[in-house]
Amino acid sequence: MFHKGLARLLAESRLLMSDSSLMNVLLPVDTELAPAEAAYDSKIEGNVIFTRLDTAINWMRKNSLWPMPMGLACCAIELMATGASRFDISRFGAEVMRFSPRQADVMIVSGTVTYKMALAVKRIYDQMPEPKWVIAMGACASSGGMYRSYAVLQGIDQLIPVDIYISGCPPRPEALIEGMLRLQRKIDEEPSFVEQKKELLSQLAKV
Amino acid sequence: MTMASNAAQTLKSQFGKAILSTVEFRDEHTLVVSLEKLHDILAHCQGKLGFDTLTDVSSLDHLGEEPRFEMVYELYSLSAKVYLRVRASVSEDNLVVPTVTDLWATANWHEREVYDMMGIKFVDHPDLRRILMWEGYPFYPLRKEFPLAGKPSEMPDVAFTGVAPLEGGPFVTQPSTAGSISREPRARN
Repeated sequence: MFHKGLARLLAESRLLMSDSSLMNVLLPVDTELAPAEAAYDSKIEGNVIFTRLDTAINWMRKNSLWPMPMGLACCAIELMATGASRFDISRFGAEVMRFSPRQADVMIVSGTVTYKMALAVKRIYDQMPEPKWVIAMGACASSGGMYRSYAVLQGIDQLIPVDIYISGCPPRPEALIEGMLRLQRKIDEEPSFVEQKKELLSQLAKV
Repeated sequence: MTMASNAAQTLKSQFGKAILSTVEFRDEHTLVVSLEKLHDILAHCQGKLGFDTLTDVSSLDHLGEEPRFEMVYELYSLSAKVYLRVRASVSEDNLVVPTVTDLWATANWHEREVYDMMGIKFVDHPDLRRILMWEGYPFYPLRKEFPLAGKPSEMPDVAFTGVAPLEGGPFVTQPSTAGSISREPRARN
């Protein structure tokens, strides 16, 4: 691929050490300064990077995933441990557990989804704003687990789309962190802006 | 002679034929009583014999036998530290049992669970709704004829159920002294 990940580019550039914010560099407010000249201005040359908008957006999204903790059973205990000091999920930008779905990016379904709870989980998922992702944490959320029973939904993917499945009963916090990192990798490759642009163009074409 | 057998003797002299049989097994005393006198007997246990705690209310399904169902009450006396079990058969044609919520308030949720899982109704229960499954769920899941995998049902905007894949199961353990690989839960014929 021509473009490497923005995070890698950032590491190579001096942007992180400068005072300028990323948005100011990506979207220059000073209209007097033509972009072509800016690249050759020796004073700010080291602060300018070129990347795709998709890559920049994905970089921002994946590094501040706010989870909706859908804690339904013992997996939720491991989820809490992952958030606490020993494992510290905030190292990966996902420490802001939101109990309001309207403020959350990723729903971590941690535990046994009973049929009684199933539609409530779906309702909460529907209330989350786009873009949104789902992690099925543990055997129960992925497949019903050991509950081959009249009362348990046999995997939350029968109701809502799941991005990452984590095995384990319950999975250890390291496994959840690995799942979060894989989700970050997945988000990194999403054509988020391109898709939005296509949608916008198709809507404009209809009008 | 323990306190529980005393209680059993007292009840037997008090109620006579209503006590169908008494069972003693490893110091556990069980009274099998007739359903008509069940509430009177339990009221006597609670009021006169000092069984102030209802530990559990449960129900059994003897599919293929008549009467098919059976109620089980586990009583306990906090002062005498004595347990007593009272059982009464319920016919499938008349699935009605008097409530004991007037004697022990804790019977409220226990009887709701029996109603939810087995479909036995309790007369004069103050709040006889399902407790685990939702109102409108069409089955009684702990009855013997109900399959372990469940049955499909649908209640729009409330809940739905499906059939669980058993993959040759149910998985059962086999008691033996063999190694853990042969003892672990597997599908067996």
